[in-house]
Amino acid sequence: MTADPKGVLTGIHFLDGDHAACEGALAAGCRFVSGYPITPSTEVVERFAQRIPMVGGVFIQMEDELAASITMLGAVWGGKKVMTVTSGPGLSLMMEHLGLAYITEAPCVFIDVQRGGPSTGLPTLPAQADMMQVKWGSHGDYEIIALCPNSPQECFDLTIKAFNLSEQWRVPVFLMMDEVVGHMTERVVIPEASEIEITERRWTKKAPGDYRPFEACADGVPAMTKAGEGHRIHVTGLTHDERGWPALTPKSQDKLIRRLTNKIRDNADALTDIREEECEGADVIVVSYGITSRVASSAVLQARAQGLKVGHARLVVAWPFPTTRIAYLATQCRAMVVPELNLGQMVHEVSRAVAGSVPVLLVDHAGGTVHEPQVILDRILEAAR
Amino acid sequence: MSESTLNDDLDLSGLPLVDNPVMPYLRQERIPHIWCPGCGIGTTVNCFTRALEEAAKDLDKVAIVSGIGCTGRVAGYLNLDSFHTTHGRAIPFATGLKLANPDLSVVVYSGDGDLFAIGGNHFMHAARRNMDILVVCVNNFTYGMTGGQVAPTTPIGATQTTMPFGNFENPASLPFLADAAGATFVARWTVFHVRQLTRCFKEALGKKGFRFIEIMAPCPTLFLRRNRLGDGVDMVRQYKERSVLRNGADTKEVAVGMEGDIVVGTFVDRERPTWLDAMNSHFSSVLGDRYRTYGG
Repeated sequence: MTADPKGVLTGIHFLDGDHAACEGALAAGCRFVSGYPITPSTEVVERFAQRIPMVGGVFIQMEDELAASITMLGAVWGGKKVMTVTSGPGLSLMMEHLGLAYITEAPCVFIDVQRGGPSTGLPTLPAQADMMQVKWGSHGDYEIIALCPNSPQECFDLTIKAFNLSEQWRVPVFLMMDEVVGHMTERVVIPEASEIEITERRWTKKAPGDYRPFEACADGVPAMTKAGEGHRIHVTGLTHDERGWPALTPKSQDKLIRRLTNKIRDNADALTDIREEECEGADVIVVSYGITSRVASSAVLQARAQGLKVGHARLVVAWPFPTTRIAYLATQCRAMVVPELNLGQMVHEVSRAVAGSVPVLLVDHAGGTVHEPQVILDRILEAAR
Repeated sequence: MSESTLNDDLDLSGLPLVDNPVMPYLRQERIPHIWCPGCGIGTTVNCFTRALEEAAKDLDKVAIVSGIGCTGRVAGYLNLDSFHTTHGRAIPFATGLKLANPDLSVVVYSGDGDLFAIGGNHFMHAARRNMDILVVCVNNFTYGMTGGQVAPTTPIGATQTTMPFGNFENPASLPFLADAAGATFVARWTVFHVRQLTRCFKEALGKKGFRFIEIMAPCPTLFLRRNRLGDGVDMVRQYKERSVLRNGADTKEVAVGMEGDIVVGTFVDRERPTWLDAMNSHFSSVLGDRYRTYGG
């Protein structure tokens, strides 16, 4: 189906990434946001609060991020497409409900506009240091999807993609922005509603009595209902059976947790979205994501100007990690360079995928600003030697 | 065992079998429940289901939300749309559920530790906003599920595993908190008062706004035994003897201790616009025709 025109602000705009992400959510059909103010993400919810009365929906500012993240989950079972928005310290508080969203298979979108950490860290300055937290920060085994925009246009486009993936797979999907992408202003083109593809919720057609809310369809994803439809569902954060009832045995744990993780692990290749440029036959491939990819592009161009064969692979989907594709790219080059605004996070995934076949060189940065292109260039030159 | 606990000599063999009127409201396949003999939670569920019946609610439109703990298991046993959420967060979950689908009648059913320790912040703000939900707190003075630790309601002097020499922390008076935070309906009963409690549930289900019912209930395994207070029946006898009906009582004066009066009744009953009604009327007046009135 295509987007509901009520939420689509068709036209050519000059927007920052935070505002563009909000427009992406509205275009995707998000009609419920519960948030809590935190720099540098607040503009997303400020715009939603401004826009939603005229679109038709609800914004509520909750008392903290624990509340914001679970109010969102209540709204899922009330039938809405939902989102919450935060940055590092708030993300830490939301970890509990990331787990609840996952085990209850609640489609929802978390936007994390990353800033320097740990703790209060650098509230107004960028980092990419939450990449591992979203994957591992909630307790237990789980899988999420995480998308990394590098421009306001992509904040719009990938927010729509985030909603669509959350509905398709019934998993929490993260939009991993950062302070620079959130606050940079660029041209954003919002198409006609009829040109925006929207994934509808997978509503069950089964009658009460026949419906088992956690019985997987062929692709491992169960069909959904909402409260008030007569299905009399039970939804719990406890390990549960297909009826949704607590089933606290090793066998039911194995069955449920394997199905949930396999929804993503078995489809990791299909979910892969890498934008590759001159990777075939390259000596060095730079693997980047988010805002760092734009600095890396500059370094890659300078390296090519010096006669080096340098490819650039940008991860648009960081989680699930594109292991198969990165392993293949390692066969095409002699070394990989991974710049990121942290002291080494996704580089470990690249190393795992490459499995020692080529050297993997990190270009780290503690955060607070983006890299200088020169430090990435220096690393490319070092890798090429 | 005290003399009143059980009458093993009772001969039931000649009596006709009748269906328990509560059974249609329960997920019978999930019985037996996890609650201990003498626990008060089941009694409150009994009263709640009878109130649902008397209130003639469309059960497809009633949703129940619980947090974590012994009372947190109530949601799983009721044959309603039911949600067993995270510790302390039943109220914000219910907030999202109600706002996303205002046609639902949303009931939060949880314990004193869940609602007032880890969840205390949410209680205060949902009451302040006048979120249109009914919050039921079964107050047994303790954390039952984890083995009897001190709760924000534990009276001074009571022994708990994490207050092994007796509690010295000041307990919260739940009706006073609810009143101060802005609840539109505040009542307290005990599990001795099954008819009054049923009536209270029915009345509260028929009202709008943030409604709060505290129910005093015995935890024989972890509170009574550890404090040498007898069993569940002994505590119900205490409720009977110590309860004083005082509708409209000043909530400043209804605190409960190990001894003394247990003030019961409806303390607060007032009208305020709910959050959703306030949003719709405010946006309509400020934004006029541009506003799309929200109904779900």
